[in-house]
Amino acid sequence: MKMVKSTLAILTTAAVLGVSGFAHAGATLDAVKKKGFVQCGISDGLPGFSYAEAGGKYAGLDVDVCRAVAAAVFGDAEKVRYSPLTAKERFTALQSGEIDILSRNTTWTSSRDAGMGMNFIGVTYYDGVGFLVNKKLGVSSAKELDGATICIQAGTTTELNVSDYFRSNGMKYTPITYDRSDESAKSLEAGRCDVLTSDQSQLYAQRIKLANPDDYVVLPEVISKEPLGPAVRRGDDEWFAIAKWSLFAMIGAEELGVTSANVEEMAKNAKNPDVARLLGAEGNFGNDLKLPKDWAVKIVKQVGNYGEVFERNVGMGSALKIKRGLNAQWNNGGILYAPPVR
Amino acid sequence: MSTHTFKPDLPPPNRSIGAWAWMRANLFSSVFNTLLTLLALYLVWLLVPPMIKWAFLDATFRGTERSDCTPGGACWVFIKMRFGQFMYGFYPPELRWRVDLTLLLAIVGTVPLFIKAMPRKAIYGIAFLIIYPVVAWVLLHGGVLGLDAVPTSRWGGLTLTLVIASVGIAGALPLGIFLALGRRSEMPAVRVLCVTFIEFWRGIPLITVLFMSSVMLPLFLPEGMSFDKLLRALIGVILFQSAYIAEVVRGGLQAIPKGQYEAASAMGLGYWRAMGLVILPQALKLVIPGIVNTFIALFKDTSLVIIIGLFDLLNSLHQATVDPVWLGMSTEGYVFGALIYWAFCFGMSQYSQRLERRLDTSHRS
Amino acid sequence: MSKSIGTSGSLINDPRARAWAFQILAIVVVAALGWYLFNNTQTNLEHRGITSGFAFLEHSAGFGVSQSLIDYNESDSYGRLFLVGLANTLLVSILGIILATVLGFVIGIARLSPNWLVRKLSAIYIETFRNIPPLLQIFFWYFAVLRLVPGPRQSLSFFDALFLNNRGLYVPAPVSADGIVPFLVAVVLAVVASIILARWVKVRRDKTGRGFPLLLTSIVLLIALPGLAALIFGAPFHWTVPELKGFNFQGGWVVIPELFALLVALSVYTAAFIAETVRSGIQSVSHGQTEAANSLGLKPSRTLRMVIIPQSMRVIIPPLTSQYLNLTKNSSLAAGIGYPDMVSLFAGTVLNQTGQAIETIAITMSVYLVISLSISLLMNVYNKRMALRER
Repeated sequence: MKMVKSTLAILTTAAVLGVSGFAHAGATLDAVKKKGFVQCGISDGLPGFSYAEAGGKYAGLDVDVCRAVAAAVFGDAEKVRYSPLTAKERFTALQSGEIDILSRNTTWTSSRDAGMGMNFIGVTYYDGVGFLVNKKLGVSSAKELDGATICIQAGTTTELNVSDYFRSNGMKYTPITYDRSDESAKSLEAGRCDVLTSDQSQLYAQRIKLANPDDYVVLPEVISKEPLGPAVRRGDDEWFAIAKWSLFAMIGAEELGVTSANVEEMAKNAKNPDVARLLGAEGNFGNDLKLPKDWAVKIVKQVGNYGEVFERNVGMGSALKIKRGLNAQWNNGGILYAPPVR
Repeated sequence: MSTHTFKPDLPPPNRSIGAWAWMRANLFSSVFNTLLTLLALYLVWLLVPPMIKWAFLDATFRGTERSDCTPGGACWVFIKMRFGQFMYGFYPPELRWRVDLTLLLAIVGTVPLFIKAMPRKAIYGIAFLIIYPVVAWVLLHGGVLGLDAVPTSRWGGLTLTLVIASVGIAGALPLGIFLALGRRSEMPAVRVLCVTFIEFWRGIPLITVLFMSSVMLPLFLPEGMSFDKLLRALIGVILFQSAYIAEVVRGGLQAIPKGQYEAASAMGLGYWRAMGLVILPQALKLVIPGIVNTFIALFKDTSLVIIIGLFDLLNSLHQATVDPVWLGMSTEGYVFGALIYWAFCFGMSQYSQRLERRLDTSHRS
Repeated sequence: MSKSIGTSGSLINDPRARAWAFQILAIVVVAALGWYLFNNTQTNLEHRGITSGFAFLEHSAGFGVSQSLIDYNESDSYGRLFLVGLANTLLVSILGIILATVLGFVIGIARLSPNWLVRKLSAIYIETFRNIPPLLQIFFWYFAVLRLVPGPRQSLSFFDALFLNNRGLYVPAPVSADGIVPFLVAVVLAVVASIILARWVKVRRDKTGRGFPLLLTSIVLLIALPGLAALIFGAPFHWTVPELKGFNFQGGWVVIPELFALLVALSVYTAAFIAETVRSGIQSVSHGQTEAANSLGLKPSRTLRMVIIPQSMRVIIPPLTSQYLNLTKNSSLAAGIGYPDMVSLFAGTVLNQTGQAIETIAITMSVYLVISLSISLLMNVYNKRMALRER
């Protein structure tokens, strides 16, 4: 009898534990506020996007997105903790709730959006797959790469796109896939492969990591669409909206000419109603997002607008020296476009 | 009566003493042997002089930059400049004394266990096993007693390797003992459960276990509940290693004569007391070498955490070799890493062999 | 009342009842834990809209693989890709087992050689390689040695047929020609003849004690018969020699550097353990056996081959199989250098492309489980047979 009782007790405990796992919409914001920081999943080292600086502090475009979210929620961009993730771990880490936002140069695709339990909040960088080759090979176009050996990072959309490209052009290639981008670069340098393929932005980042960057050239072809963006877990629309609008605030601020230098000034006496609404001088749109009124001011003040972030991390002001291209504002030759605040 | 005095012994013939005789007996005893010797000498000649030349004669020891190194020889400057990272990973440099102190405490704390005359060794050992992990955690992780918190994602290098190996063995040992007892149990259900558990973990490679703990385990847990990445890896390592420990301990249990079991129950001891007071103390003493060997295997296996992106010693080396400033230093890096791993493993295996010999003789006498 | 206390007391004190209760409790706890985990997983998958099930095995994979033993192209399914990975795992395991066994036996026997220098060298080999993590050895062979090999255009060439460069070792590949059928028939005939001969030699030796140069005869047979067939019916193969075309060599067979590094590292590492196994196996044969063999006038090489090794095999084989299992499991370290074995291809890339962690890892684990359980089963059968024969 005693046994039966204790068995029952154990069963009940297990059942209660099992049931207590359910979450409700809005859980992420509450949990984030409670623990006092945003847990942000980033890459395991990609210059310009997310990498550890000499002092162990993280920086980069992807990192700044997380900082913007923290600025919106806490009014303090430093309230972020980072989890460097391998390509393999990134989806499970988000699905399981280990991280609150995944900002790890991840391509937005239908299967990831629909089948992997995540929601992409927007596009932080419009990219496409390109090729990095040694100048010694004398190749000037990707069409000349028939029979080449190609280093690719395993489990990326690049792997699929390269295969599509070569098949549709009737060319052959040998893929060598590594788990980490560092190894691909090392292999390219050792001559194990002729070509390194990846998103073009990454190629520039990889190139500056090589011993003699000038020996290598990025081919002109871009063979695919790779819209890179951060993602949040599915099933929490409130958090989804906060993350989404943190990004839109950065993009919108650039369009409206709001910068980290003039944002406080503009918030006080905004003449443009668009600016006034964004910065909370008119109406209270932060309220809908369950954020303070000056959420966008904090973002722009502490992190900067999209243009500033771009220039600082990957643009001409950085070692990568990438042109704005597609990533310019829609009214400036690019396709960046933030929905209006109203 | 005259006493008979022996003549002094003649010295052995010249052919059977001295270097020459030794060489005849050990190196040139037959044509085949002579050939073997020559072949071996040739091999040594082929390998050793270039190695010495590379590692010492042509090597660069002084300097701070890559340009200080001469081509052709090893560039130990690279190791010197990265030494801190190899030992501590990303642990903040100003807090590294905490790691040193933790290690020092471990060494000081374990010394009494090796002193033969130490009284109450068992009590001291158990107390150490309970208190030390707490102290180590406080020192390494901090966050209490005014120590700055250092999140586990910043732990790395040899420190992390040692943490994984020691936590792994400390966790696997008790679990393994229970599994071994379960496997030898007379209750069929318990036996089947234990055998299944052991054979499952022994049948799969550690990599898949680490993959599982890093990408699958979070899906098993209720929403919102998540462990630290290092802790997840540790859980995987402990479960994996406990199966191997269980098999080692089972060997020890089987070696205890049946009379001991019978004597224990004749004394009126119940199962747990018989095991705890009579059987296990004898069995565990027998399998210490086996446990040390398992620990060596575990120590080498910790290098696999590179696959799930933890920065142990091997990963720190690997990261350093892809640094553009030091590109092309792979050989130096791997040789240095190999030396460290080798020193630890060789030391432990020598200890285990010595122990084996000692236990062996005591058993026969 | 006292009666009821008595019964309940005796029930608690009754070892059999307690054993039953304990077992039921154990099963219930394990089942509850399993159900708890299963339930969590189910909830998590549903709640977050993660696809589950094995339908993905039918989907087209859409990416290439650097080495495939079976026909594979990008439009094939994930299921086929799984087979590619499995074949690559088996390839490296089988080649590794062969190499490690040969190397291990040579070094294990050398460890007991009367020659001091040979003995010391093999001891150094064993102590060096078994105390360095296999993954580090793989990295060393891959990243440190790869740098020393030239690129395709500066390949080292041997007789203009073998080429070595940092893309791998290129060897000519045989392509079947007209004479292939008679040639194969001749090979089979030679093998069968050798086996029959071996039986006959054994029977004769058991009866009369007379020896026969079996090895030599078999080799002659194996060369002569197929050679004769080739002379009469024409060459069985012609060779496609690798040629430098564009970026790489085309044609012939290639051993990719990843395979090479993995194979060398695994064989060298495992051979150190096998050597120790062989040494202790040989030492387990009592010295009297050697003396008896000597006094019968057997030569040392024969003593080793016909007396010592057959007896030591009983001791050697169980640990040897566990070394083979270890090597197979260690082949999963391929993930570190991008050799497309089952773990890196299936539990790595496919997991990442489909996001179905549970399914891919479960499949991978079960393959290893099947391999190791079946080998354990064979081992148990072998042990039983050996135990019966013991005198």
